[in-house]
Amino acid sequence: MSLVFDIAVTHIRARIRQTLVGLMGVATGVGFSVMMAALMEGSQRDFVTQLVDALPHISVTDQRREPPRQPAEDAYAAAQIYGLTTPVIRPGIKNPYAIIASIESWAPGSVAPSVQSKTVLRFAGRDTAASVIGIDPRREPNVSKLARQIVSGSLDDLYKASNAVILGSGLARKIGARVGNSVTLVGGNGRSLSATVVALSHTGVSQIDESQAHTLIKTAQILAGQTGLVNEIRVRTNDAMNARDVAARIEIETGYKALSWLEANEDLLAAFQIRNFIMYAVVGAILLVASFGTYNIISTITHEKTRDIAILKSLGLPARTVRRIFVIEALAIGVMGVLAGWILGYVMSLGMGQIEFKSPYMDATRLPILYSPLHYVIAGAVALAASAIAGYFPARKAASVQPVDIIRGAS
Amino acid sequence: MSAPAPDSRTTPLIETRGATRVINGDVPTTLVAGIDFAVLPGEFVAVTGPSGSGKSSLLYLLGLLDKPTTGEVFVNGQATSGLSEDARAALRLATLGFVFQFHFLLPEFSALDNVMLPMRALGRLTEAQMRARAMEILSSLGLPEQARKRPDQMSGGQRQRVAIARALANDPLVILADEPTGNLDTQSSAQVLGILRKLVDTAPGRGKAVVIVTHDLDLAAQADRRVHIVDGRIAATPPR
Repeated sequence: MSLVFDIAVTHIRARIRQTLVGLMGVATGVGFSVMMAALMEGSQRDFVTQLVDALPHISVTDQRREPPRQPAEDAYAAAQIYGLTTPVIRPGIKNPYAIIASIESWAPGSVAPSVQSKTVLRFAGRDTAASVIGIDPRREPNVSKLARQIVSGSLDDLYKASNAVILGSGLARKIGARVGNSVTLVGGNGRSLSATVVALSHTGVSQIDESQAHTLIKTAQILAGQTGLVNEIRVRTNDAMNARDVAARIEIETGYKALSWLEANEDLLAAFQIRNFIMYAVVGAILLVASFGTYNIISTITHEKTRDIAILKSLGLPARTVRRIFVIEALAIGVMGVLAGWILGYVMSLGMGQIEFKSPYMDATRLPILYSPLHYVIAGAVALAASAIAGYFPARKAASVQPVDIIRGAS
Repeated sequence: MSAPAPDSRTTPLIETRGATRVINGDVPTTLVAGIDFAVLPGEFVAVTGPSGSGKSSLLYLLGLLDKPTTGEVFVNGQATSGLSEDARAALRLATLGFVFQFHFLLPEFSALDNVMLPMRALGRLTEAQMRARAMEILSSLGLPEQARKRPDQMSGGQRQRVAIARALANDPLVILADEPTGNLDTQSSAQVLGILRKLVDTAPGRGKAVVIVTHDLDLAAQADRRVHIVDGRIAATPPR
């Protein structure tokens, strides 16, 4: 072992209790940092995953970003035109299957049409508002998790009855309907039809499960009172993060509003950035506080060892070597603290991951934990840097000791 | 000021020319003033003087632990005022050995480790060579049994001998000793003095020297030469 390490280790071993306190400070800082990062990023990833899974990556609707220009605006070079009657625009996307074919030709992912219809569901004398979505069962599994969310029956059961409906599990429970029951669907224009419940779906989100039902596109079109209507085209891109670019191109090519999940949840994603900033600020503060402990220990050692430092310098050890001794002591405390902190952080993350939460709005769930080596590396690197800095200042002071001043005082 | 031409017989191992050390403060204090002093190879020099006369301050200047405010200190013919702190430290490590009134051993280290410390800092020998040399020096000073003991497990005389062993570790040209027997009984004092005397007398080609600061006139009488300091200056005639 080199002289510098030998002296540093001797100092640390001679102050085992102080060293342990400093080590525990660093370990606690690193442990909580790792656990917090695992928890925060885990919950964030979980939320985004649910968001990405629950929603189409891109939703092309029959809306437009800008209202269409009035013919009079093109006919007259007037600054302003008053009294124009807004033309009635027929709802739905024009030539939806041509647009779907066009998108499929270049967009990396899957495309499916759907019809959104506000409906009243009547069963056993009770009326309940529901959102009926008309889907194509062959395309639907490519753009949503609905097929995996069927808890009783299957998606293809929509083909088994003339008017078949898949009810959300909460909705079925609310109205008391079961698979095989016949319910009445009443569309916005008063048109009603009798439908057979062929399956139940369960997303785990109460709000969705209590309000959503799925039918074939044709059934939803009848309810909406418009044959051939498709008012939404959903796209699931191979790379969810690429959705914004794909949506922009669809919008340019079709003229219809194409909303990516990134744009739809911009406020949430911005909130995550703020949350991450707060998290790193808190983690930084924890590690900073831990570094004060290291600073305190190294300061104490340098103070106690002033005479030894003077002797080492009088023997001929250069100032940089003396400085190195105390920085290494701080780093040794840092390294041991980081190793202990990693173990502590992992164990705490495991413990947190075992905690089960029950919510009336969601299925029972455990805290989502993300085990990322990057968290351990970042926490360890910051703790080591803080330890080195905490050790450097007392080390610099120690290195500036003039041996003759100490020897004069001690003689 | 230029360095004197090197000559192994006539070149002083350490020399001061007009060395003055003033501590600046509200009231500037002159520790030593205009000291011209040279230590030749094979010399055993005693520096005496009353308390506060500046004899220890002179020793610190000779040992490059302090810098003269004016004047120059030469070590083995090399002027030192222009050297950096690290260069002075390196020169000190390779050519000088210190023995203080208090032993100043590192308390957590064994006698062997304390003796090996300057060798490890210099880094010229392997670990095994350093260990062998440290044991050899400790044995020559009658301390083979104490090699594994820490300073607090040894007597005052033994600690001081370990301190001498540490000063000898890098085979220095000059040993600078500041009241090395100040805390010792008569028997231990005689033992320490004998060791230092022997170092000068038995060095190959009598190429080494010892400078000892003491207020003990009996001890000083055993030196080859005596330099008396009064009020920071070398007195013309030392008292008997």
